[in-house]
Amino acid sequence: MTTNTGIIAMSYILATILFILALGGLSNQETARRGNWYGIIGMIIALVATILGPRVNADSYGYLLVALLVGGSIGLLAARRVQMTQMPELVAILHSLVGAAAVAVGFANFMDPGRLQHFAGVDLTIHDVETYLGILIGAVTFSGSVIAFGKLSGRIGGKPLTLPARHWLNLALLIAVIWFGYVFVQQSPMGGDAGMTPLIIMTVISLLFGIHMVMAIGGADMPVVVSMLNSYSGWAAAATGFMLENDLLIVTGALVGSSGAILSYIMCRAMNRKFLSVIAGGFGTGGGTAAAGGEDQGEVVPISPEETAELLSDAKEVMIIPGYGMAVAQAQHIVHEITQALRAKGVNVRFGIHPVAGRMPGHMNVLLAEAKVPYDIVFEMDEINDDFPDIDVSVIIGANDIVNPSALTDPEGPIGGMPVLECWKGKTSIVLKRSMATGYAGVQNPLFFLDNTRMLFGDAKDTLEKVFKAL
Amino acid sequence: MRIGVPRELFADEKRVATTPEVSAQLMKLGFDVAVESNAGAAANFSDASYEAVGCSIATAEEIWRDSDIVMKVRGPSPEEAELLKSGQALISFLWPAQNPELLKQLTEKGVTAIAMDSIPRISRAQKMDALSSMANIAGYRAVVEAAQNFGRFFTGQITAAGKVPPAKVLVIGAGVAGLAAIGAAQSMGAIVRSFDTRPEVKEQIESMGAEFLMLDFADEDGSGEGGYAKVMSDEFIKAEMALFAEQARDVDIIITTALIPGKPAPRLITKEMVESMKDGSVIVDLAAEQGGNCELTVPGEIAKHNGVTLIGYTDLPSRLATQSSQLYGTNLRHLLTDLTPEKDGKIVVNMEDEVIRGATVCLDGKTTWPPPAPKLSAAPKKAKPVAAPVAKEKKKSVWGPIIGMVIAGLALLGLGSVAPPSFMAHFTVFVLACFVGYMVIWNVTAALHTPLMSVTNAISSIIIIGALLQVSSDSETIKWIAVATTAVACINIVGGFAVTRRMLEMFRK
Repeated sequence: MTTNTGIIAMSYILATILFILALGGLSNQETARRGNWYGIIGMIIALVATILGPRVNADSYGYLLVALLVGGSIGLLAARRVQMTQMPELVAILHSLVGAAAVAVGFANFMDPGRLQHFAGVDLTIHDVETYLGILIGAVTFSGSVIAFGKLSGRIGGKPLTLPARHWLNLALLIAVIWFGYVFVQQSPMGGDAGMTPLIIMTVISLLFGIHMVMAIGGADMPVVVSMLNSYSGWAAAATGFMLENDLLIVTGALVGSSGAILSYIMCRAMNRKFLSVIAGGFGTGGGTAAAGGEDQGEVVPISPEETAELLSDAKEVMIIPGYGMAVAQAQHIVHEITQALRAKGVNVRFGIHPVAGRMPGHMNVLLAEAKVPYDIVFEMDEINDDFPDIDVSVIIGANDIVNPSALTDPEGPIGGMPVLECWKGKTSIVLKRSMATGYAGVQNPLFFLDNTRMLFGDAKDTLEKVFKAL
Repeated sequence: MRIGVPRELFADEKRVATTPEVSAQLMKLGFDVAVESNAGAAANFSDASYEAVGCSIATAEEIWRDSDIVMKVRGPSPEEAELLKSGQALISFLWPAQNPELLKQLTEKGVTAIAMDSIPRISRAQKMDALSSMANIAGYRAVVEAAQNFGRFFTGQITAAGKVPPAKVLVIGAGVAGLAAIGAAQSMGAIVRSFDTRPEVKEQIESMGAEFLMLDFADEDGSGEGGYAKVMSDEFIKAEMALFAEQARDVDIIITTALIPGKPAPRLITKEMVESMKDGSVIVDLAAEQGGNCELTVPGEIAKHNGVTLIGYTDLPSRLATQSSQLYGTNLRHLLTDLTPEKDGKIVVNMEDEVIRGATVCLDGKTTWPPPAPKLSAAPKKAKPVAAPVAKEKKKSVWGPIIGMVIAGLALLGLGSVAPPSFMAHFTVFVLACFVGYMVIWNVTAALHTPLMSVTNAISSIIIIGALLQVSSDSETIKWIAVATTAVACINIVGGFAVTRRMLEMFRK
């Protein structure tokens, strides 16, 4: 059975609209679930239309069914198994798959002998450039995402790898890629395997470039990297779409690409960093050697879990500020139990989320949602930053740089000018921390030494359990 | 080292320099603590309660003779100072500016004298700032005294026996004492207004729930060095007095706390203003000891004038002796903690430390007062240098985007001149899709950024279509690559959508 091209084109348009609605649905939590279904339906329509279309023979159905079943069950299993704290890793590894697919499709397309029959002259050149670009972006996405996955899951250290003269190295790689692109376009019209060599060399260079790029980026910049790779996976799909002259791929790729780009921009703005300087890497050397390291900042005042419980139950307004430490300690569930207990006592507990808290955009929201914290008490930084003067107790769980007052007072410092949650304006801040180590930016945090700050040392989960018991 | 706490001899002084609770903590720092018999009696701390935590009880003579450190509230009388000898340390309020003879006497004796009133007002030293803790108590007590002498409720009520209007309270000077008075009066239900020459305290006044009285006057900042007020210009004072005269007719209670360091208290409430007040009104003058903010205040006493009660007590903290001893003792403990870095019960007067340097008025037979001036004031002045570089950056970058756009435009025209129409059609779709994406994504709420990433990840696997189109190729290699790619992309589709669904299920109200 074959379907005529008009129906296929209509199905693609339908799928496109459904994808746009899927993204649009995410504007709030109520419509988001419906949006996800739009996405699923769109994908099914696109797949069915393509499979039933004239370019897929019926004798391939067997292979496809197996491939779809195998891939689908792996995906489903991964999605079921993954813990919410591991979300960033999962997203990163999924990005790498898109990259890998783009590379494979690009190569397969190049090897198709029909290529030379369809195209000639300028058309062929443009087609080759599209193939080349698709593979290039796909390869960078693939290796970059694999490294990001390694960093996020702790298999590779979070410290940035800063090779000497790394900017020159990147420039050299870029020039090499352009040169091999030129060679490739020259050779490819000869047909056969001509052009394969520069294509493979370019792929290797792109893989190296992806590795090098992500290796050079510090752990604190991971939200930017993850969203940037998200963007790349979209551009890879769009480039493949140009290559295949398929509008559905182009539109979807462009949607995803601009989505990732906007997320990267939002993350960069939240850290007051330039996108280029994040990509250039080297930030967040981890050791706290640079700024204010040796300076004596005064003393910290420790507090016990029991005293914390007392402070919390006496408070009227409590703000909880979670950071990556909460994810590491898996403390989101106990946080929710404490929240419930306090709210039952009439304490107004709210959550303040900094855009770059965690390792991925929206990471904290997902964790809190997993623990069933109602989303209408979870607020963004901009929504609640003015409320701090009325807050009796702020509880900072495993966060550091996002509550650092020196971002405002020291414009020249490494995090100068970054918007932060101004918890020190409240009556008391309680900081849960394992030790006095600095955050990813390597900057000492004057908040810890303020008179209205109390330090609650220890693993966030253990100490919070003690606090909960004392409540 | 041995700490000695003598009984306060000053008339009506009920405070004591340490409490049993604080003594216990001092002993943890390695000190022995001796307390004169009955030293804490007036503040409700019995000798037995001191002994219970391990203090020894001694006579006055033993205290002055055997202690290495003498802790007091009030500065010593000349007779008491005579008992001190070289090598001993004295910690108390000393007011070196007002008591040059005492300072001279202590210097000649070779005593190390630390004045609690001279601790610099920097954030690190807040925990030992006894002036603030005493001012806080004085502000609270001022309201209590006012209530005692005021014939009505503070709070407005509508009762079966008729309507009671709320009391109106004016607090002049919103330092620590003023803010404490605002808080106390507010919580008793009064309508509170407040005035201060320093505009930066407006926010603090409003945060306590009082109304800030604005002076209709061109900007004049009354903040002096170290966060205190300074003397204002004549026109300013004239405008200020007009405001007070107007308020005096309206309010029931005036609490004045205006002080300028090292100067007599400013005269703010004149005889005419007092006479214009309603019968039964109360004025509490917290500046009575420095001469009073009100012309008619009699320091140390309650006076009556024309139906208005004027309270000029100079010992308000002492009238809340248990609380003030507790806070003062804790201030002393914090100071001693800083003085004994090794926690071995030996004090080290480190003149490099800004706080200790500021508070030490004489050391080793030399007068070390006044210290170099403190440099820190409230923050707002810092804001300017922050703003400047931002503005500069913006100016610079005006041409950046324009040049970028021109280059991009030329590149597009160049592309258009060579590209075939079919490419242009796809390119149009691509550019429009980018803009649609741009519009749609900005509406996504920040809380859903993670689901956004996973759902975009799922739909970017639409690349699977590329693989599907190749699967029926004649070439075996291409076919198998396509099958593998299909499987890989399918992981992504199912995984991406499933995990998004799982996350979205969790978001609930």
